[in-house]
Amino acid sequence: MHGRIRTWGPGALVLLPTVLLLGYFVYGLIAWTFNTSLTDKHSARPVPTNHVGFENYVNLFGEDRFLNSLKNLGVLTVAFIVGTLLFGLLWALLLEKGVTGEGVFRSVFLFPMAISMIASGVVWGWLLNPSQGDDARGLNRLFDIIGLNFLENPWWTAGNRWTTMASIALPAVWQLSGYIMALFLAGFRGIPDELREAARVDGASEFKLYRYVLFPQLSPIALSALIILGHMSLKLFDLIYAITGPNQFRTEVPSVYMWNTLLRSDMAKSAAIAIVLLAVVAVLVIPYVAYTVRQESEE
Amino acid sequence: MRGGWSKTFAVVGAVGLLAVSACGNSDDSGGGDAAANKDVTVFTWWADGGEKAGLDGLVSEFTKECKDYKFVNSAVAGGAGSNAKQVLANDLQAKKPPSTFQAHAGAELGDYIKNAQVDDVSDLYKEFGLDKAFPQSLLDNLTVDGKIYSVPVNVHRANVVWASPAVLKKANIDATKAPASVDAWIADMEKLKAAGVKAPLATSKGFAEEMVMEVVLLAELGPDKFAGLWNGKTDMAGADVTAALEKFKKVLSYSNADREAIDWPDALQYVNKGQSGYTLMGDWVAAQQLSDKIPETAYTYWPAPGTAGTFQFLADSFTLPTGAQNPEGSKCWLKVSGSAEGQKAFNTKKGSIPARSDAVATDYPKYQQAAMADWKANKIVPSCAHGAACTLGQNDSILSAMGQFSSGLDVGVLQKALVAAAKPS
Repeated sequence: MHGRIRTWGPGALVLLPTVLLLGYFVYGLIAWTFNTSLTDKHSARPVPTNHVGFENYVNLFGEDRFLNSLKNLGVLTVAFIVGTLLFGLLWALLLEKGVTGEGVFRSVFLFPMAISMIASGVVWGWLLNPSQGDDARGLNRLFDIIGLNFLENPWWTAGNRWTTMASIALPAVWQLSGYIMALFLAGFRGIPDELREAARVDGASEFKLYRYVLFPQLSPIALSALIILGHMSLKLFDLIYAITGPNQFRTEVPSVYMWNTLLRSDMAKSAAIAIVLLAVVAVLVIPYVAYTVRQESEE
Repeated sequence: MRGGWSKTFAVVGAVGLLAVSACGNSDDSGGGDAAANKDVTVFTWWADGGEKAGLDGLVSEFTKECKDYKFVNSAVAGGAGSNAKQVLANDLQAKKPPSTFQAHAGAELGDYIKNAQVDDVSDLYKEFGLDKAFPQSLLDNLTVDGKIYSVPVNVHRANVVWASPAVLKKANIDATKAPASVDAWIADMEKLKAAGVKAPLATSKGFAEEMVMEVVLLAELGPDKFAGLWNGKTDMAGADVTAALEKFKKVLSYSNADREAIDWPDALQYVNKGQSGYTLMGDWVAAQQLSDKIPETAYTYWPAPGTAGTFQFLADSFTLPTGAQNPEGSKCWLKVSGSAEGQKAFNTKKGSIPARSDAVATDYPKYQQAAMADWKANKIVPSCAHGAACTLGQNDSILSAMGQFSSGLDVGVLQKALVAAAKPS
C-alpha cells in the first residue's frame, strides 16, 4: 500500500493545484453560470431568485434579436474560415514555391497578427466607411481614386446579411491569414523531400504532386486550423465592438449580445446566452479533442 | 547570477503581495479610520475637456464650502459613461459604493432605486431649499413614488436643430426660422435635395437617430402624449404613433448614407463644412462649436420643428448611495451641487445650464442665455435616449431596434420593438 502511494503520490501532488484551480475557475464557474441561467435573476436587485427551468432558453430562441445574432454568427464564421484558409494556403503555396526575400514576406504576412483586434478594429472602422461616390472615404475612396468604382460598396451597413458579416470578417481574415500561412508552411516544410522526388520520378505532374502527395499530408494541419479559426470566430467580440459600436443590430453576435445584456444587469439572460455560446463551441471542439485523443492512443 | 535574479524577483513579488494585502486591510477597516472618514469619493465620467473643467469648478466650491472633507476624484473615462456604468455596477454589487456617483436624473436612476442602491434625499431638498429653487416640472420628473433620489447639477436640452445658413441659402430657406412642423421641415429638405444637397440632414449612429425619432414623436403627439409614451399612459401601439414613425422614416430618408458609421461630432462637421443643412443634437453642440472656434454667424439653432415651447431635458445628477462610508461628506457634496454657486461654477465651464431657476443669465454665453429663458418658460419633457425617461435596459432594446430599422426601414417592426421596450420592467 505504502509503495503504491509512492508511485502515484508525487504525480498527484503536482497535478493537484491544476485540478483544483481548473475545477473551480473553469468547471465550477461554468456550473455556476449554468445554474444562474436557470433562475429568474433579471436584475441586480437583492431579492431572492427562483429556479424557472429552461424558461430563459425558451425565451431566447423565441426572440428575433437572438436568432438574428445566431444567423450573423453563422455567416461570419463561414466567411471568416473560408477567407482565412484560402489566403493562408495561397500565401503558403507562394512562399513554398520559393521566392527571394522569403523572410520579409513571411514577416509582412504575419505582422497583422501582432496588432490587437480592438486597435485594428478602430482603423478598419474608418476604412470601411460606407459613403460612396464623391463623398467616399476609406477603402471606397481608394477604389474611387484607382478607378475601380464598381468595387465601392456600403460594407457592413448593407441591408444584406452576407455583405454585412463578410465586411466584418474582412479585417479578421487580414489579421489571421498570416498565422494560417505559417501553419501550412510548417506543414509543407515537414514533408520529406524524398516523397516529392519519388513522385517526380514516377512522372507525376506538379498538380498531381500537390493533389495526391502533399495536400493529404496537410489534412491534420488543416483540421487544427479549422478548429482554431472556428472557435476564434465564435468568440469574436472586440473587432465588432470597435467597428460598429456596442449595440448594432446588423452585426450583433451572441458574444456582443451577452455583453449588452450583462450591462443592463440581466444576469440570468446573459448566463443563458453564455451557455448557448459554450454549447456551440463545444460542438466544434469536443469531436476534435476526441479525435486527437484517439489518434494519439492508436500511435 | 541567474539565481541572484530569481531571488530578486521573489523578493519583489513578496513585497508586492504584502502591499496588496495591506491595501485590502485599509479598505476593510476604513469605517473606523479618522482620515478615511474625511474622504469624499466622487464617481463621474467627466474625465476630460469641458466636462473635466466643470467638475474642477464644482470641486473648488466644495473645498471652500466643505473644509472638513477631502475630494477624491474617481472618474472613469469613456463616452456617455458606457465604461463608467460598468465599473459602478461592479462596485455597487460588491457593496463598496463611492460617496456619491453621477447618474442621469430620472428613469435611469430607476434601476438603482429598485436595487436599493441609492437613498431618498427628499429631506435634503427641504433642508437646502432645493424644492423652491428647481422648477416644479423638473421636480415632477424627478419624483418616484413621492421620493427624490438625486440632486441634478445641470440641464441639457435635447430637441435642438443646428442649421447652416450657407447651405440653406442654396434653396432660399430662411435659416433663422424653424419650420412650423415636421411636414414643413420635410418640404424644406425636399427643396434642399432639389438644390443639390445630397444629405440635407446629417445624423449619426445609435442615440443620435433615437433623438431624431423622439423629436418627431414629440412634434406629432404633443408634449403630454409624448411623455406618456414612456410611462405607459400613452399607447405605444397606437395609430398616431404609427403615423409619426412613418414621418420619422421620411425624415431619415434625407440623411447621410454613412449615418451608421459616424459619431455626432462628425455629423456636426458635415453641417459646418456645408455638406448638410441640418443636424439634430443636444445643446452640448454649443460648447463644441465654441471650442472649435466656429463663428456664431456660421450656424443657427432652433427647437426641432413642431416642438417650439417644449424643452426636452436631460440632467446629470448626484446621488446618495446606500451604505456610503461617509454620508455627511456625501451630503456636503450634494449641498454644493445644488447650490447657486456650485451650479454656476460647474455650468459656465461645461456649457450646460443650471437646473435652478434663479441663476443669473448674464453669467453665461449667448446660447445658454436663450436656453435658460426657455427652461423657465417652456413645458418640460424628458429625453429617453439620455436616461431621463428610459432605463438602461429600455434604451438597449430601443437602440437595437433603431439599428434594425435603419437597414430595413420597416415601421411595423420598429413599433413592435418600441412597444416591447416601453413596457415597464
